[in-house]
Amino acid sequence: MSDIPPPTRMNQQVFKGKKKAASSGHRLLKKKADALKVKFRDYAKAIAETKGSMASDTSAAFFSLTAATYAAGDFHHKVREGNMRARVRVGAGVDNVAGVKLPVFTQLDTGGGQQAESLGLTGGGSKIDACRTKFEGLLTALVKLASLQTSFVTLDEAMKVTNRRVNALENVTIPKIEGILDYISRELDELEREDFTRLKKVQASKEEKIALKKKEEEEE
Amino acid sequence: AVATAPQKMESEGKLVAVIGDEDTVTGFLLAGCGHRTAENQNFLVVDDSTAPDKVESAFKEMSGRSDVGIILINQHIASTIRHVLKDYNATIPTVLEIPSKDHPYDPEQDYIMQRVNMYLGGGQD
Repeated sequence: MSDIPPPTRMNQQVFKGKKKAASSGHRLLKKKADALKVKFRDYAKAIAETKGSMASDTSAAFFSLTAATYAAGDFHHKVREGNMRARVRVGAGVDNVAGVKLPVFTQLDTGGGQQAESLGLTGGGSKIDACRTKFEGLLTALVKLASLQTSFVTLDEAMKVTNRRVNALENVTIPKIEGILDYISRELDELEREDFTRLKKVQASKEEKIALKKKEEEEE
Repeated sequence: AVATAPQKMESEGKLVAVIGDEDTVTGFLLAGCGHRTAENQNFLVVDDSTAPDKVESAFKEMSGRSDVGIILINQHIASTIRHVLKDYNATIPTVLEIPSKDHPYDPEQDYIMQRVNMYLGGGQD
């Protein structure tokens, strides 16, 4: 700290006010950090569960794809042919959680035509449909997982920032203000004592003068 | 739910991109993710003959597009561009690593799961 504030009563009031503001800010931030922590824990649990089920959903989906290929022949290239418009899209929304804006994905179906017909092929149609259904389900689960994941990461950042601010207040700002308040009250006490001493001295010398005068008058 | 005209939804909704082996891409294209126009497409099939640079540039291109919301990528392919993914910080598009037919899910390779487990297991501030 480069400039030390002059130890006046007004400054004492000013810094008392600052301490109050910092303390209540600290309290509020701590509350926010705790709320975020709870949410974070919820998200962490949800992600752990979802990733586990996602693993098994995925292998089921690939299994059905193998079955479909076996029944209908190789349609990998057919699926990738030509221009296409995505039937499934995701809406990127924002959710406000404990004061933090978290990104959220919602699945949108544009309802465009399915390319199914051209893949129908001989006797593989139903297997391909089954495969499609599996992958559609998997996709829905993945969109949800993506939501959880981005929210998790964003929450993590928000928590770090909030904790940093709490620590800064606790370890730097408030002790500094308290230090200044201590200094000011010590200085004010010292000034009072100086004042008191000065007064006493003035009084003493006045009394001396009076006593001296009296003596002079008596001698005359 | 309110029924929105397909055109409006197309302009509001973002795409799900896929970088994966042939089976993965086929599966998600079947589910309706695929989008290809004269300018670009939102999927890349990666096999043993694909150069790692191609994967890297495809990822960079897709992650730079404002109309892509999620990028699905097989975990074993993600590992080949781990250096790029490590530095990737954007919220959207979100990168989601998924297992493939031949490479089942390995939580140790998943950065997010590492964080989750660290938090649930070790406890964080």
